[in-house]
Amino acid sequence: MSPPLPRADRRSFLRATASAAATPFLVRAAGAEGSPAQARAGTHEPVDVTFHVNGRDHQLSFDVRASLLDLLRDRLGLTGSKKGCDHGQCGACTVLLDGRRELSCLTLAVAAQGRAITTIEGLATNGDLHPMQQAFIDHDAFQCGYCTPGQIMSAVACVNEGHANNDADIREYMSGNLCRCAAYPNIVDAVKQAKHVMKTASRE
Amino acid sequence: MRTFFYERAASAAEAVHAAAAIKDESTSYLAGGTTLVDLMKLDVMRPSAIIDINPLQRTHLGNIDLGNNGLRLGALVRMAEASDHPEVRNRYPVIAQSLQLAASQQLRNMASLGGNVLQRTRCTYFRDVAYAECNKRIPGSGCAAIGGFNRRHAVLGTSDRCIAAYAGDFGQALVALDAAVEIAGPHGNRTIPFAALHRKPEDTPDKETTLDPAEMIVSFLVPAAAWTRRSLYLKVRDRDSYEFALASAAVALDQLDGIVRNARIALGGVATVPWRATEAEAALRGKSINQQNAAMAADAAFANAKGYGHNNFKIELGKRTLQRALLQAAALEI
Repeated sequence: MSPPLPRADRRSFLRATASAAATPFLVRAAGAEGSPAQARAGTHEPVDVTFHVNGRDHQLSFDVRASLLDLLRDRLGLTGSKKGCDHGQCGACTVLLDGRRELSCLTLAVAAQGRAITTIEGLATNGDLHPMQQAFIDHDAFQCGYCTPGQIMSAVACVNEGHANNDADIREYMSGNLCRCAAYPNIVDAVKQAKHVMKTASRE
Repeated sequence: MRTFFYERAASAAEAVHAAAAIKDESTSYLAGGTTLVDLMKLDVMRPSAIIDINPLQRTHLGNIDLGNNGLRLGALVRMAEASDHPEVRNRYPVIAQSLQLAASQQLRNMASLGGNVLQRTRCTYFRDVAYAECNKRIPGSGCAAIGGFNRRHAVLGTSDRCIAAYAGDFGQALVALDAAVEIAGPHGNRTIPFAALHRKPEDTPDKETTLDPAEMIVSFLVPAAAWTRRSLYLKVRDRDSYEFALASAAVALDQLDGIVRNARIALGGVATVPWRATEAEAALRGKSINQQNAAMAADAAFANAKGYGHNNFKIELGKRTLQRALLQAAALEI
């Protein structure tokens, strides 16, 4: 099942022109057919994988080299996860895989098959913001906003892990998310507020 | 990124056979991917085939087992799982601390223990293919770090071919605790001392370990020795979090009435491999740990250190790091 396609905006225009121009260097992932060496020789087909993203299944055919981040953004239109450094240094691409925070830029999409993926788009329930999203708004915990989806996903996991016990802990366990605007003090305040709300919610 | 063949393995035997069948030394196992995918994007690593071993997390490779004889850590246990494990923290603190002080929580959730010890150096000249000289990347091409910008490079275990520092932390804990590593290969399993896994650069810096092609790490075995409880990891770095070591020390002490029966010491950030400081260990045997003896041991550890210009400070920093680690370990209340 496909997600609703974005409108014909700048991003989809760029995507369409890029795919028309790109040479399809594609290889096939190992399937049932033959040994690795046999399958490797002369196969130039995309891999077919089912992804579980934000509670929905998506069957996609793609280049085996694709990162999970590129797949989420370019194929599923889930552009909340951001590409900052693309080398696992900034945390802007943080998503939850089976509930754990991981970096989608360093995850080969093909290796994420079978795992439950949650992105920033999957946090709200029935239109109600997640307590962490609301806390970031309440505490003005961002300026330009580019790192924010990664910060929020990381913060949700930080609380769930039990690593948000005090300011020093929050700073330590959020150190994988860089904020060039340096909204760090407000982010710590937001995490503390959301932690309280999340705890209360889980008791109800 | 270059194309590659991808396969998922369901068991260690299947993975090893698949890798052996490909007969191409560039073939890589994929666990967390935090080194491999990064370096593939940079075109530094160019595997023609990738065997995804993550499904093996459901086997014993994903388990932490504690017994009276020691600790067994499966190679696919994630860094965060081991560092958060209450019994590992309590009985093998240097292991938990070395993992906890490395990387970020996202990376610790991804990176496997087996992959962690095989992480590649952070040498800029290795990571940037724009530099033509790097004996690790292109054997025989030279070393741009010698005579280049080498503030982060090694002062111990270097050669005139390579001065790249080993970037990990967990490896030092394993050396200090006299751990062994269990390895699966096409011809069966073998177990070697962890200290025999990494190779100093010498004339062949491209050969970083003693693993044969298609071999993979299955587990780490840490003996329950007298020194495990009185152990710690001290890491000194430019930032207080999420940064590689400039100097670090893994220390484990077996003391009786304040006298050292056995000291186990490994150094990080300053050496080309997880570095066991045997001279410092010998200098402390039968002595008490005080300022003077700790300084003497630190001097012994760095007696053969060699600076390359920008990294000269690491000799003094490494000594002070070791001194502080020894004094803290001796004072631990256990």
